[in-house]
Amino acid sequence: MKTGEIVLGALAPHPPHLVYAENPPQNEPRAECGWETLRWAYDGLRASVRAAKPEVIVLMSPHWRTYVGFHFLGLPHFKGLSVDPIFPNLFRYQYDLKVDVPLAEAICQATAQKGLAAKMMRNPDYRIDYGTIVSCHMINPAWDIPIVGISSHAVSAYFNFDVMETTMKTLAEATREAIAKSGQRVAVIASNSLSHRHFTTESDVPEDMSREHIYHHGQYLWDMKMIELMRQGRAQEVLDLMTDFTEQATAETDSGALSWLLHTLNVPTSPAKIHGYGSVIGTGNAVVEWKGVAL
Amino acid sequence: MSASKNPVIAGYVLPGLPQPLLTPDANPGYKDLRRAFDQVRAEIANSNADLIVIYSTMWPSVIGHQIQARPAPEWIHVDEEFHDLGSIPYKLKMDAEFAKLYAQIARERGLHARTVDYHGFPIDTGSVVALKLINPDNRIPATIVSSNIYSDRAETFVLGKAAAEAAERSGRKVVAVIVSTLSNRLHQSFIDPQGDKIHSLKDEEWNQKILEFLKQGRLEDVAQLSRQIHREARVKKVGNFKPFWWLSSFMGANNRYQGDVLSYNSVYGTGSAVISLHPAPHAARDLEFDEDSPDRYQGERNVLAPSGESVSEFSSQLSLTGPMSSSAQSWSGAVPEGSGND
Ligand SMILES: [Fe+2]
Repeated sequence: MKTGEIVLGALAPHPPHLVYAENPPQNEPRAECGWETLRWAYDGLRASVRAAKPEVIVLMSPHWRTYVGFHFLGLPHFKGLSVDPIFPNLFRYQYDLKVDVPLAEAICQATAQKGLAAKMMRNPDYRIDYGTIVSCHMINPAWDIPIVGISSHAVSAYFNFDVMETTMKTLAEATREAIAKSGQRVAVIASNSLSHRHFTTESDVPEDMSREHIYHHGQYLWDMKMIELMRQGRAQEVLDLMTDFTEQATAETDSGALSWLLHTLNVPTSPAKIHGYGSVIGTGNAVVEWKGVAL
Repeated sequence: MSASKNPVIAGYVLPGLPQPLLTPDANPGYKDLRRAFDQVRAEIANSNADLIVIYSTMWPSVIGHQIQARPAPEWIHVDEEFHDLGSIPYKLKMDAEFAKLYAQIARERGLHARTVDYHGFPIDTGSVVALKLINPDNRIPATIVSSNIYSDRAETFVLGKAAAEAAERSGRKVVAVIVSTLSNRLHQSFIDPQGDKIHSLKDEEWNQKILEFLKQGRLEDVAQLSRQIHREARVKKVGNFKPFWWLSSFMGANNRYQGDVLSYNSVYGTGSAVISLHPAPHAARDLEFDEDSPDRYQGERNVLAPSGESVSEFSSQLSLTGPMSSSAQSWSGAVPEGSGND
């Protein structure tokens, strides 16, 4: 069997506002407009994903937060209604997705073999988290590529960012090994925002863009610092700064998703393509693409 | 607000993990928690309560405070962590009218608050477990309020006061519930439930301290220790440890309760306790230590001292001019006349 391949890596944040503003048939609420720069950024990433022709999308979502180990979606098909617990006014989405269970099992097994707690999620009544759904919808609204869904184990909260870093590196090694063995073309996706301090109020028209801006200038500076490093192909420095960035910008990188992605991509030295950046209810969001890597 | 005027007839601390509901026989501790839940169910059934108001630490919010107002939410719930223990089908009964009033009063008090009324809204595991166990037949309607991840004491206190005002204005007799563990650290590997134990000695010691206070009815004292509990006994997923702020504020911010620890056991390493608090005419132990505004410093009050010690050892307790209740005199002659103001 041929060796598998990572054909693309991406940071693909999941504010439900983006799906809301797209008005897809799956989502019940309707929007007039909103967050266009980020949605246009997703147009670019979507085209790249199409061109890369992945057979599977492997994704880590900060909103499947698990406190005991990493969990993996473990049934071939999930269908249902996802209502965002934080923004139920914006996101009530009928999802229908397919899972590459053999690859999920292979990553789970490799993760466990490396000493981390890992388990499959096989309850058919389980509701897919909205982070997974939003990122997948924005990358591939046709939903015609199976996914592997990985939970984000709250290592940073339980221990610290250094433990998170080494844990994500180990998970990344397991991910790479399993993808290599699978012989498949795979896209790997981290579904997180960058800076992540939200406004705690919302205007009557949620898509009123006259109200949308970054929560705090310091967050913006940090986001730009990290994005500039990505643009220059300095992923190791992104990892080196992850602790300070996460703490000082209250970044959603505390989920470990970006660390896992960069390690899975073997800490890329080629420049990342920034498809776009924008704020959503005060948080900083970048849509970023890295080239694939041979395994 | 005096105990007699407060609309809360009982307060409960309930743990939210699903084991007591789904796998009570997996461990004697889970079974004991289940027994305690059953006891709470019986207590509420025999009370004249007509509303259960829940503040769940397992329902985080970002946009202010969300209040569940769907009259009959129905779903098959699966916990995102303990999905292998089984599904939880539920059909609940919410008091939508109260939820709207609560949100309105919260807004009048400067909070950002809204009701949620959507089919399929993901009601959190803790609220579902609590309501399935303490109100299985939906005899009494409920209201659930979220826990804003950013809010701190002042905001949470106002949220509690808004609940009390809503209960008063609506004429409801209320059971107040917080869904929260004490120490919340889960084991970091998959465990055999038979071997379940509190994660660490440090967590156990903090849990015992909280239990000791609540057994003495010292709810406001526990509320005032929230920041320290957060620092020392909580995995920090949110800004602060808030449930006791809400509960104490809702129930009148005092220590005048009969406190009963109905069960305390570990669930996957967490300190899970079922505790009841009933308003009592006498202060169990008047050690409120921060809410008065003294003109003259009376010395350190040593709130962490063992509750069993005589109050006379605490000189600062002898001349309190703040909330020290006149009813406290009934258990300690050392309290001077006229010190109470309620
Ligand atoms: Fe998020």
